[in-house]
Amino acid sequence: KTILSSPRVNMVVNTVHWFRKGLRLHDNPSLRESIRGADSLRCIYILDPWFAGSSNVGINRWRFLLQCLEDLDASLRKLNSRLFVIRGQPTDVFPRLFKEWQINRLSYEYDSEPFGKERDAAIQKLACEAGVEVTVLNSHTLYDLSRIIELNDGHPPLTYKRFQGLINRMDAVELPAETVTLEVLRKCDTPVSDDHDDKFGVPSLEELGFDTDGLATAVWPGGETEALMRLERHLERKAWVANFERPRMNANSLLASPTGLSPYLRFGCLSCRLFYFKLTDLYKKVKKDNNPPLSLYGQLLWREFFYATATNNPCFDKMEGNPMCVQIPWDRNPEALAKWAEGRTGFPWIDAIMTQLRQEGWIHHLARHAVACFLTRGDLWLSWEEGMKTFEELLIDADWSVNAGSWMWLSCSSFFQQFFHCYCPVGFGRRTDPNGDFIRRYLPVLKGFPAQYIYEPWNAPEELQKSVKCIIGVHYPKPMVNHAEASRVNIERMKQIYQQLSCYRGLGRNMTRILITSYSHFDARLRVYRVNSGHPGIHYENNPIHNDDLTLDVKANMLQSRNINTILHLSTPKLNKHYSCVMGKEQVAASQ
Amino acid sequence: MDDTGDIQVRMKRGLQGNEQEDGGGTSSGSQETLKRSRKQRREKDLEEEEEEEEEGARWECLPQEILLHIFQYLPLLDRAHASQVCRGWNQAFHMPELWRCFEFELNQPASSYLKATHPDLIKQIIKRHSNHLQYVSFKVDSSRESAEAACDILSQLVNCSLKTLGLISTARPSFMELPKSHFISALTVVFVNSKSLSSLKIDDTPVDDPSLKVLVANNSDTLKLLKMSSCPHVSPAGILCVADQCHGLRELALNYHLLSDELLIALSSEKHVHLEHLRIDVISDNPGQQFHTIKKSSWDAMVRHSPKFNLVMYFFLYEDEFGPFFRDEIPVTHLYFGRSVSKDVLGRVGLTCPRLVELVVCANGLRPLDEELIRIAQRCTQLSAIGLGECEVSCSAFVEFVKMCGDRLTQLSIMEEVLVPDHRYGLDEIHWEVSKHLGRVWFPDMMPTW
Repeated sequence: KTILSSPRVNMVVNTVHWFRKGLRLHDNPSLRESIRGADSLRCIYILDPWFAGSSNVGINRWRFLLQCLEDLDASLRKLNSRLFVIRGQPTDVFPRLFKEWQINRLSYEYDSEPFGKERDAAIQKLACEAGVEVTVLNSHTLYDLSRIIELNDGHPPLTYKRFQGLINRMDAVELPAETVTLEVLRKCDTPVSDDHDDKFGVPSLEELGFDTDGLATAVWPGGETEALMRLERHLERKAWVANFERPRMNANSLLASPTGLSPYLRFGCLSCRLFYFKLTDLYKKVKKDNNPPLSLYGQLLWREFFYATATNNPCFDKMEGNPMCVQIPWDRNPEALAKWAEGRTGFPWIDAIMTQLRQEGWIHHLARHAVACFLTRGDLWLSWEEGMKTFEELLIDADWSVNAGSWMWLSCSSFFQQFFHCYCPVGFGRRTDPNGDFIRRYLPVLKGFPAQYIYEPWNAPEELQKSVKCIIGVHYPKPMVNHAEASRVNIERMKQIYQQLSCYRGLGRNMTRILITSYSHFDARLRVYRVNSGHPGIHYENNPIHNDDLTLDVKANMLQSRNINTILHLSTPKLNKHYSCVMGKEQVAASQ
Repeated sequence: MDDTGDIQVRMKRGLQGNEQEDGGGTSSGSQETLKRSRKQRREKDLEEEEEEEEEGARWECLPQEILLHIFQYLPLLDRAHASQVCRGWNQAFHMPELWRCFEFELNQPASSYLKATHPDLIKQIIKRHSNHLQYVSFKVDSSRESAEAACDILSQLVNCSLKTLGLISTARPSFMELPKSHFISALTVVFVNSKSLSSLKIDDTPVDDPSLKVLVANNSDTLKLLKMSSCPHVSPAGILCVADQCHGLRELALNYHLLSDELLIALSSEKHVHLEHLRIDVISDNPGQQFHTIKKSSWDAMVRHSPKFNLVMYFFLYEDEFGPFFRDEIPVTHLYFGRSVSKDVLGRVGLTCPRLVELVVCANGLRPLDEELIRIAQRCTQLSAIGLGECEVSCSAFVEFVKMCGDRLTQLSIMEEVLVPDHRYGLDEIHWEVSKHLGRVWFPDMMPTW
């Protein structure tokens, strides 16, 4: 995407590259494009220290970002330039910079998220008014997302299977752009003033208002240099294992790995395309097979999927007003939420994960599933939006689209997956790490418990609790819910909600349907119930029939997103409110 | 201003804060439609130009049954707007047919994200339409206030005759937080006044034996559906009294501790109609709980009496509490294991559940489920739906299972991460192989890798 607002000839070209995500010099096409024919280049990052301190983003994420900026600054020094960290808000900063530096070209990486698109549109307008040419290229995602949506008849894909189908029809992923080197900058001046550090230096955490006393060293050091090292290690390990399937889960996978890449992809310290092509090359070399399966790119494609579904939906991170989110009557309970967020649920498996998240800023994706399920549909029945906000604060790799999308997924609020299965806060951990070492690492208070009781210490005999100096209810909390009871209640609620969704479609509506939830645990939402006509009251015929017009067989990938939209639109709050009236109509019809 | 106008104004006022564009949009929408249809009429009836002056009167002349028909399709708020157009429409707004069914949504801003039914609307319904109500449900959030509000409304439903009543907790069960006597007295108002209750859903409430007696005394001829899972104040004798008296009962949901041989015998008595659904929740409150057993002869009697009945069982037990279950043949049709269940128990399921139609296993231990699944495929010839959560299965065994069941498996759901690749099938092959045996495209379920 190149937008040329006013092409110039025979003029000095002073260019600014604006870093946001994409904090790297490799595969940075808009930066490269910006340098072409430019007489001077400055690279900037805009940050509002006041906003930083008051924002909802935790210290680990800020530290990661600042380390990325330090690294970028160091790399730019090697190119005889520096990173200009400018304090303020973009809309205030740019008019000033355009004037001060006599800028006539601006470049940045395309941002697909609704908030980013809005911000960028405003900046583009300012640039246009100032006669500045703007270059925007996509490099944060593998594909041009609008092209994916176009292929899907203008709708975002709502199931991962459908998305995979679309990906198969897309043009090949574009090759990464060449790294920006001294050679590339040969003809380009890179002005730096003497007081650069004072005016434009990378701020410290203290400057942003964080207390760094007793802050442990970063488990995830930020920056492009680190990212590229990790990529090499990641590929080495893959080559050594020579197995490209998803690694099987074990106790070790729960810990931060020196080959983990997700935070680096999030901030764009690592290009997803570079990762993509390195994986492809390795696969071809090791497997001697030129057709790598889609599953090779699992993590990259999931990320792409959520970006694609979110790009045109400003309410993607909310339940209300979000056309793709099922409206679920979540409980509001700040106390319970705090227990979850602070790791005081009384379930060691959940609390250890939340402690790791708070301390290190990262948890394994299955651990995310466990705590997300526990907070929402599994046990606490609290809104996924609250969980998403906690992750937004603590999780280094939390990204608006991916974070909200994953939470909707895990809370069964969208994307149509089975909801019968809830992760058990005791059994799931025990299967992953039977010995409980993960728990002992993050919850030292429990370290004396033997493996038999470490996942459910409240069941340990009193003498044992005394001997390990940890009385449950005193030194460590009792479980905040009875999991068996909570999951019984919640699975019933889930069924009820999805059953009502199928009522909304105008099929099988009947008052008694509210009372008779289906007896099947499968896809209540995908079934259409045949209703006896004739007499009002109870209808007993409970056989699900598959209505051909509305077959929503997700598993068979027959899903037409248009049909899905129909249902989802019907599930907006407006219709929720009017639901009783729709039912009323049916009743009248039945009684006549 | 009469009542309707009042309702409308109040509803409007109530909505203004948070839902302005919604309410406003709808109303201008219907006004738009109105204008358009007037215009169309005008064009049609050009020759009757003189009567043009009285076009308002034409709308008044619209027969009530047509109005009713139209109103049925309008959401409540739109009906309220329409009722302000003229006297005739106002009367139509209050037609009993439009008030037979109502769902009260009782939420507090502090405990719910959803909106509540406006208190003024509730007042109006009680005042003008309570005698029209027949199908009523209450959706109540987790706050005690909401549950209290529901009881308040219930206790005012003195001159109505309900056919269905549902008390639905949408979050944590809040009726349980009420004083039992308060809840009971509200509920018995309905039992006593509505003599023809046919469906009653009162899961997670403090209903007790004496109140069930009141229910039976007043509604025994009509009661067909009773859902009362997790009602701790009911005893086996209490539910037995219902089964003894309500011979039309076709659908019943309760917890295992209320299930007894006597209850099954009562339900299969000659006087009793065929039972269609029996749902049993088996929940343990603390590990190591002992459960009673049900005689095979009682189940046999039940099957003889109602050969087609569905027996739906939810298990939320610790692994070591399954001792008494699946020792003898049991006519269960839908089985759900909400917690980890051992290979041994699943092996017994294959041996004792010949009527099994649907099986969901959320988790099992560390060893793959291979032989158990194959035995279930062999023995449970009605099985048409299966869902496996955290249950490891080797790819070969899974394919074998699907092959044996074939296309009668209309639902097949398993998480990709628990399929263990082996020498015969990898994860890429299994999708083809299973699809082939099912005769349709099939994929394992996936979870996002973040």
